[in-house]
Amino acid sequence: MEEKEIRIGVFICHCGTNIGGSVDVPAVVEYAKHLPNVVHAERNLYTCADDGLTAIKNAIKQHKLNRVIVASCTPRTHEPLFRSTCEEAGLNKYLFEFVNIREHCSWVHMKDTEGATEKTKELVRMGVARATLLEPQEEMKIDVEQSAMVIGGGIAGITAAKTLANQGFDVYLVEKEAVLGGMLRNLYRLFPTGEDSLDSLQPSIAAVEGHEKIKVFSSCELKEVKGYIGNFDVTLLREGKEVNFKVGTIIVATGAMEFEPKGHYGYGKYDHVITQMQLEKLLKDGQLKKSDSVVMIQCVGAKGEEVSYCSRICCMVAIKNAMLIKEINPDADIHILHNDIQAYGAEYEELYNKAREMGIRFIKYTPESPPCVTMDGEKLKVEVYNELFGEQFMLGTDLVVLSTPLVQHQGGVEISKLLRVPLGKDKFFFEAHVKLRPVDFATDGIFLCGTAHGPAEVAESVSQALAAASGAGIPLSRGFVQIEAISVKVDLEACIGCGFCVEMCPYQALDMVDGKLEIIEALCKGCGTCVATCPTGALEQRHYQNNQIISQIKSIFHPVIE
Amino acid sequence: MVDDVLVIGGGVAGIQASIDLAGRGLKVYLVERFPSIGGKMAQLDKTFPTGDCSICILAPKMMECFSHENIDVLTHAEVKGVSGNAGDFRVKILKKPRYVDEEKCTGCGDCVSACPYINLPDEFDMALRSRGNIFIPFLQAVPRVVMVDREHCVKCGNCQVICDAGAIDLYQKPEEIEIHVGAIIVACGFDSFDPSGIKEYGYGRYKNVITALEYERLVCASGPTGGHLDRPSDKKTPNSIAFIQCVGSRDVNHNPYCSSVCCMHATKEAILAKEHYPSMENYIFYTDMRAFGKGFQEYVDRAKNEYEVRYIRSKPGEITEDKETKNPVIWYDDTVTRQVKRLEVGLVVLCTALVPSKGIKELADVLGVELDKNRFFKIADPLYAPLDSSREGILVCGYCQGPKDIPEAVTQAKGAAARAAEVLACLGA
Repeated sequence: MEEKEIRIGVFICHCGTNIGGSVDVPAVVEYAKHLPNVVHAERNLYTCADDGLTAIKNAIKQHKLNRVIVASCTPRTHEPLFRSTCEEAGLNKYLFEFVNIREHCSWVHMKDTEGATEKTKELVRMGVARATLLEPQEEMKIDVEQSAMVIGGGIAGITAAKTLANQGFDVYLVEKEAVLGGMLRNLYRLFPTGEDSLDSLQPSIAAVEGHEKIKVFSSCELKEVKGYIGNFDVTLLREGKEVNFKVGTIIVATGAMEFEPKGHYGYGKYDHVITQMQLEKLLKDGQLKKSDSVVMIQCVGAKGEEVSYCSRICCMVAIKNAMLIKEINPDADIHILHNDIQAYGAEYEELYNKAREMGIRFIKYTPESPPCVTMDGEKLKVEVYNELFGEQFMLGTDLVVLSTPLVQHQGGVEISKLLRVPLGKDKFFFEAHVKLRPVDFATDGIFLCGTAHGPAEVAESVSQALAAASGAGIPLSRGFVQIEAISVKVDLEACIGCGFCVEMCPYQALDMVDGKLEIIEALCKGCGTCVATCPTGALEQRHYQNNQIISQIKSIFHPVIE
Repeated sequence: MVDDVLVIGGGVAGIQASIDLAGRGLKVYLVERFPSIGGKMAQLDKTFPTGDCSICILAPKMMECFSHENIDVLTHAEVKGVSGNAGDFRVKILKKPRYVDEEKCTGCGDCVSACPYINLPDEFDMALRSRGNIFIPFLQAVPRVVMVDREHCVKCGNCQVICDAGAIDLYQKPEEIEIHVGAIIVACGFDSFDPSGIKEYGYGRYKNVITALEYERLVCASGPTGGHLDRPSDKKTPNSIAFIQCVGSRDVNHNPYCSSVCCMHATKEAILAKEHYPSMENYIFYTDMRAFGKGFQEYVDRAKNEYEVRYIRSKPGEITEDKETKNPVIWYDDTVTRQVKRLEVGLVVLCTALVPSKGIKELADVLGVELDKNRFFKIADPLYAPLDSSREGILVCGYCQGPKDIPEAVTQAKGAAARAAEVLACLGA
């Protein structure tokens, strides 16, 4: 490009004491002022604060800056902010360069001010070298297909589909079973309202099935999803036949399943050792035999080696079912053996207290000495060490109910591979940021809700479904998305059509057509893998060009000033 | 019928709801009672279980919200009247005077150093540091604009003399603004319970008994001590800290409910103490260990195994003070040995209940919505409409409708935004 004089402004952030505590910031500012092409350098207590941003905008105007460097924290959280600040002052946002002197310097050299200051100077020098060669880029606008696919027809999927459809978008709701409703179909009554689970769900199912904007694909399997945000090409299998459609965004609401407690507490060995889910079914079908005594055991398989997490909902499920048994048989003797009761929030604590008032007994066991279930003639016998009494308790019982965690199912694992979205250590789908992006995937245009995300009760699943619908609805409402201009470009003269890059691309963004490389820019994430693979140097990545990177590296070893 | 939306409360929930709605192209008015947005999350040091610096991940969202072309942020303002119905609400907002012209103030802080009266408790730093009569709410405040505490100001005029921008107006008047919106999202958050009423724990009497929110400021690098755990009595680092759970929560005399986040923030706070001072001994007195969120149990396991945090299942009966050392002494019932024991520590942190924010009743009356018996906003249906209030077109999210942590508040905020868009679309159709 034709470049007039390069005028770089450098802004060095104290980040309170995070940087200023171990780096001599004024010295770095002085140093930066003498670097080539730098016409302005200043320091800010917090460059990201309102006054810092104003300082950047003012300096762009006052000093006619055409490159801006901020040396502060991480681009992961702050680059969008500084880029938009540059844009507001009329500077192309790709003329902004970020230097991380917090994570890469002050935090790791906290006790060495001299060393940290020297390293900061080097990092800033490298930033200046790169900034000098930066070029403005134009972002591509992609049209968005104004429809969404929701995978999973449980309460989360139903809610997400209904909300999006009510907002005026076409929704494809895909369910592998023949009927909608998911796990709630198998439950008896729900707390805190006491409604019959399926009855309470029927209006939502009816609303979805009768909605003119929603196409329900039950008994369907997802076969393939290609494309990218705004333009996903979906292939389903229905009765062996392929169905194809196009959607702009996708919501994953594939649910979870109950952990099967094989080998725990006589499960599978004794008839009257069952899970909470089996108890729900017995209650629902009116098949529960009169039980004068029931023992429920919490955290079976959870908070331990098989499943490391707490499954969140099982304590309240146990308390609810214990109360329902008490309603049928007020004289029933019910013990809940637990390892801390998870009655979080307002309503659950109240229910927990009510259960105790009803005479349901709670015994705290320790994971080191868990309960032991054996058969004593016709009756089950549960031995448990009561931590609070310091005594071994012996309970004869008609029924043992095991509270087991919710876990990921095989279908979920397959969907994760198909959509190329990650699972966490706990095997549940893994969100983009645990705190601030709880229902987004790192992949644009795909969202997450319900128990596919982790154990959750109905209201939590509904909230998540609405949240996912918010995320999925934004690009649909706008009608377009902008793609970051860091995609790869090819010099077709130099390309020999070897196809190595196509194989290496993790995002399926490259294709070889008639021996010539084609780039699907919307899919390219700018990882640079193909650039490094190309044997002829025919590929170049926008904003991370070879000359920019090489000049940055060179400047480490060739200090331009003393 | 209008499709603008009012969001009440500028904490992380209100910010997220505003950003989502604005992203759809809807016009949003965000009203915050305090002079800066950010809410309680801005006051926290790190967040569990990832250890992210709280303000570092929140600040970009605060700025994104404030600078969004579709969002009007009104700080130091309160909603005073609401009439009409879903799709057509008329809202009266009182913009209280900050005695500074927000347009002119550059946030340079010259006036702050010019104020000769620096002896008022700094609210953001939980009164652990003093501020002057003219002050910036906190370092990363958005908007970064000073404000004058007129109640204490003696009108010496120093600030006016030094302000190059001519931004200070000590005679600024309150302003009433009327807006027209189609839906309202309430996200007015929570307050920390004042434990001075629980006499046996000695808060307010013993200097080295503090609350968890005070501890957050103390341990924070941008807090009043620069992150050094200087205990209040002698500004020295204690050798040991005890965190006491369920102070004012799960307690029929105060708040019967579980505040939901304290087990985890105590665990995080103990880990931070150990990270700052490897020889620190940490004790957490708990009732039930509630680690029910994603990665929480694993976090508690790490606290026990890697950070040597000692969890003691007991609710202490009393805290006394060693007169010489000013060390708090905890008297508790050891549920394992069934004996009354004493533990002397350098600092006690009370993990107090989180309660509906001050003024929630007045706000509920203005909005014409109901509160539940714990004075949180009542929701329309505890199963299928968890974000709808008792009145159509008014959504409730975050802690103001019941205890929850940051990801749940963010989730609800996004959900409330989707519901608001849905309500507006259905009314428009």
